[in-house]
Amino acid sequence: MGDLLSISSNLLYAAFVMYLIATFFFGGTIRDKKKGRSRVAGNIGIIITIIGFLSQVGYFFTRWGASGHAPVSNLFEYTTFFGMMLVFAFIILYFIYRLDLLGLFALPIAVLLIAFASMFPTELSPLVPSLQSHWLYIHVTTASLGQGILSVSFVAGLIFLIRQIDQSKSSKHTSWLEFVLYVLVATVSFIILSSTFSALNYEATFQATVNGQDTEITYELPAIVGPYEGELVSENAMSPWFYAPEWMHGQNAAMKLNTFLWSLFGGLILYGLLRLILRKRIAASIQPLLKRVNPELVDEVAYRSVAIGFPVFTLGALIFAMIWAQQAWDRFWGWDPKEVWALITFFFYAAYLHLRLSRGWQGTKSAWLAVGGFGIIMFNLIVVNLVISGLHSYA
Amino acid sequence: MNEIKCECGHINPEGTVLCQSCGKPVEGNQHIDGNDEQQLLNMRYDGTARRSQTYNRTVVDKIWNFFSSVKVGVWLIVITVIASGIGTIFPQEMYIPSTVDPATHYRDQFGILGQIYYQLGFHNLYSSWWYMILIAMIGISIVIASIDRFFPLYKVLKKQKPKRHEAFMKKQRVFGTTESSEVDITRFKQNLKNQRFKIFEQDGHILAEKNRFARWGPYVNHIGLIVFLIGALLRFVPAFYIDEFVWVREGETAVVSGTDGQYYIENKDFILETYDENDERFKEAIQKQGGPIPKNFQTDAVIYKRVGEPIPGAEPELEKVKEDSAKMNQPIKFGQFALYQASYQLNEFKEMTFKIHDKDNEDTNYGEFTVDLTDPETEYELDNGYRVEVENYFPEYELNDGEPTSVSKFPKNPAFVFSLYPPGDAQPETSFLGIGANIDASGDNQYKLGLVSFDVRDVTGLTVKKDYTLPIIALGGAIFMIGVIQGMYWNHRRIWLQPKSNGVWIAGHTNKNWFALRREIGKSIEGTHIEEPVDQHEMKS
Amino acid sequence: MKESTFKKKRKRLVFRTAMLVVMAGLVVFAVFSSLKGDDAVIAKGEDAPNFQLNKFKNDETVTLKGLEGKGVMLNFWATYCEPCKDEMPYMNELYSKYKEQGVEILAVNLDATDIVVEKFLKEYEITFPVLRDKQGQVMDLYNIGPIPTSIFINPEGEIVEQVQGALTLSKLEGYLQQITPE
Repeated sequence: MGDLLSISSNLLYAAFVMYLIATFFFGGTIRDKKKGRSRVAGNIGIIITIIGFLSQVGYFFTRWGASGHAPVSNLFEYTTFFGMMLVFAFIILYFIYRLDLLGLFALPIAVLLIAFASMFPTELSPLVPSLQSHWLYIHVTTASLGQGILSVSFVAGLIFLIRQIDQSKSSKHTSWLEFVLYVLVATVSFIILSSTFSALNYEATFQATVNGQDTEITYELPAIVGPYEGELVSENAMSPWFYAPEWMHGQNAAMKLNTFLWSLFGGLILYGLLRLILRKRIAASIQPLLKRVNPELVDEVAYRSVAIGFPVFTLGALIFAMIWAQQAWDRFWGWDPKEVWALITFFFYAAYLHLRLSRGWQGTKSAWLAVGGFGIIMFNLIVVNLVISGLHSYA
Repeated sequence: MNEIKCECGHINPEGTVLCQSCGKPVEGNQHIDGNDEQQLLNMRYDGTARRSQTYNRTVVDKIWNFFSSVKVGVWLIVITVIASGIGTIFPQEMYIPSTVDPATHYRDQFGILGQIYYQLGFHNLYSSWWYMILIAMIGISIVIASIDRFFPLYKVLKKQKPKRHEAFMKKQRVFGTTESSEVDITRFKQNLKNQRFKIFEQDGHILAEKNRFARWGPYVNHIGLIVFLIGALLRFVPAFYIDEFVWVREGETAVVSGTDGQYYIENKDFILETYDENDERFKEAIQKQGGPIPKNFQTDAVIYKRVGEPIPGAEPELEKVKEDSAKMNQPIKFGQFALYQASYQLNEFKEMTFKIHDKDNEDTNYGEFTVDLTDPETEYELDNGYRVEVENYFPEYELNDGEPTSVSKFPKNPAFVFSLYPPGDAQPETSFLGIGANIDASGDNQYKLGLVSFDVRDVTGLTVKKDYTLPIIALGGAIFMIGVIQGMYWNHRRIWLQPKSNGVWIAGHTNKNWFALRREIGKSIEGTHIEEPVDQHEMKS
Repeated sequence: MKESTFKKKRKRLVFRTAMLVVMAGLVVFAVFSSLKGDDAVIAKGEDAPNFQLNKFKNDETVTLKGLEGKGVMLNFWATYCEPCKDEMPYMNELYSKYKEQGVEILAVNLDATDIVVEKFLKEYEITFPVLRDKQGQVMDLYNIGPIPTSIFINPEGEIVEQVQGALTLSKLEGYLQQITPE
């Protein structure tokens, strides 16, 4: 069993590296085109992407073999799977539209997702009874595929915005675009910080009272914010600058806030460095590279991925979810935060389609909506799992 | 200004933007679809008169038109999305412990924000009247907007003629002219047929069309949504929907609530399994969890049906229906009912065995007796002349103002007041016995009662469901999926060809995926000497 | 031409009005049903459903049908319910007086064990008949939520009043008068 598990994590690692390499080849297509319409770099890129994808499929099934259930049952497993579905969706849309630059943006996002996932506990966890259903696999995989396809629309929207927004003067558009890029940078900083401190085996343990019980809370990053009325027990650990307010009394609420603050600060520093080096807005420095991209085509890719992804998402995240919930909890709908956010995602993309089809929202407006939609998907994945359900500690 | 006669001879209804037959822009109506400001025609609903845009005289019309607007629909969605999002900030009332008072719980747990949240009623958002009205308004908007759009669109696509007005052609997004005498129309038509276009001809004018049915997708999925909402609405009709709960103790038989005394359930065994802590695979996760992780909840049960006319209260005569196990994800189904494993309580006391011994010496034994907690006797005669009388029994003992009381009928914390009558001697000794308590009432008892052993059993909690709305809701979901796939995975495409004195004009339209349309046009003009049309749409940054 | 347009418009107005009325009706129904909730006991004015229970420590069975022509007070109670202890003495006090006038008090007990009921009856010297509903079937039938709940049934077998929570002496007397046969 142990062997299968190590094979599995090696395959995931290989996929990760493969996606990185493929990104560079897709990057190479920018230069390629200037010399004519050679497709070499793009072809190599997509081949490596497919090999990486197959390797990740290998990871998925070997891990399934090791644990006895499909690896979609915790945050690490689900987020990696989401990354895999994003790559899969990219491959589909690549073969429809042959847009090389889509890979240059889609793969880094998949890489970010997988790296982000690895920051969470990666050990195999057993399935509690409510999860022991084939509908779990069917529901989660379909929902994730839908989200993956919808995310391609974000990727295309982002390319469109960077390509199209007037960077000669500062505007709401440029500021928001920088904000989106800053969030991506902050994610990178989160990954760098977490892996650095975990490589250093950093630990700061606090003694605090959680819901009337004395508990030990262990931080893996130096504490900027300590738990409410917490007391630092570890030696050689930085003492916190301030403590969490009383209402943040979930088991790990203060720790999560701490990690969040670190990512924000780290992101700011990283972003500041980039701005210092580039001496202009990040989007403005990427823009010239995208001059050859046809905005019409990118806009259509963004729309097409919503058109393909919306039915898949509805089927997976709402209909299959309802079938499963009906079996497991005797009601197909229970208004739990995860369900509500899936419904919000559904409503959001329904509004996107109505605005586009009936009210002619194309181009920039539509691209912004695609960015917003991805924001909602990520909110449901991260905030709902880590913050909303974590706030009420009995959840 | 009632009906508009076009120069092609077709009579269009009031409010038409583009002639139903030839597509000529109707003068004076171009503002309706915003065509006056743009070079290209807005082709949504093919320029038909949407009823909502035309009749606006009575209050009924005004309400109707309000709901018909897509803009209003989108705003309703936006409001619903925001409200739904707010509803997830703090847990809903149904997810807080049922033992606490919500009025204080939100304030204690989440501070002032929690209190505001509670007072504004967000703790019960999704069943609040205004949220329901919001959803209902979306439903109404779906119905009205669909009626207003489907029928005119259906008519115009049926009435459309291949012969189009020049202005219509020129203002299409994909348009091109060819000046050549060698245009090969036969080849063009063959190419189109190869791509599964349907060809219509009129005086040399050609209309090639495919996948018109994709245009009905939105209306089909809206019907699905309405069916779904009606299914959800029917849950308020008691005949369609029953949601009850039943607790059954191991070894007992209970009436299944909500079945009008028709069905009974016997709990043979409740099983709770946890994952093995030494399991190689999950060792680490179980350690992190800090406690056992459940693997299975299961009730082995027998379902009985009552024979004959039920008179509630009378001892039932029962007939076995089936023996089955309810697990998570695997309910027991019988008749129209389903029983779902929903809850449990472990280790409720069932029997307790006591012995009589000397107060100072626990090793002595003057006899034992066993109390069945489901039906304690008033008196226990022991073989050797000792007698114990039960003065009082508290199934779930609590001290209330210094008075011992019971707070429920369930033996969760049993306590007794016993009077012990030693043989011969009539003077009884009274003592109080509970879990962790053994009090001598007078202080100078000679004997003592001690708990020797006890027996526990589990209680299982099952949800009882009868739901006739499920098929309707499932049907709604299925129709929705069909409609959405029909509308999203196929595209309605049309290509028009107009003969000119020297050459042809070509125009194309699709409701989405212009690149694919241009690819298809490219293929259909191969070898026909028709020049590739251009995309007249310019992306504004 | 004019005539037909007029007719068309009229038809349209009727259709639109009908659709709006139907949809508004559905919405009102939904909102009303959800606000009503399901905590209501069996409604006032309905016929009280029949049941059959044994008297405590006695094999005599009582059916509601058998009491037709008499006013019946159904009281759902248990020994572990504090407010029940408060109202029991009032019922005891009024029982003999109203029994002569044709009113029966039936106290439906929901406890699990006989012994606690026996002790209780002895302690409070209860004189009116106590019925045992161990399985909670009659409680289920009458949709009883919190106890005590009392249901007052007139000689015609119709529910006149239902009261959740403990009764005071004067309230109890008032209700009993309402169901006294003439």
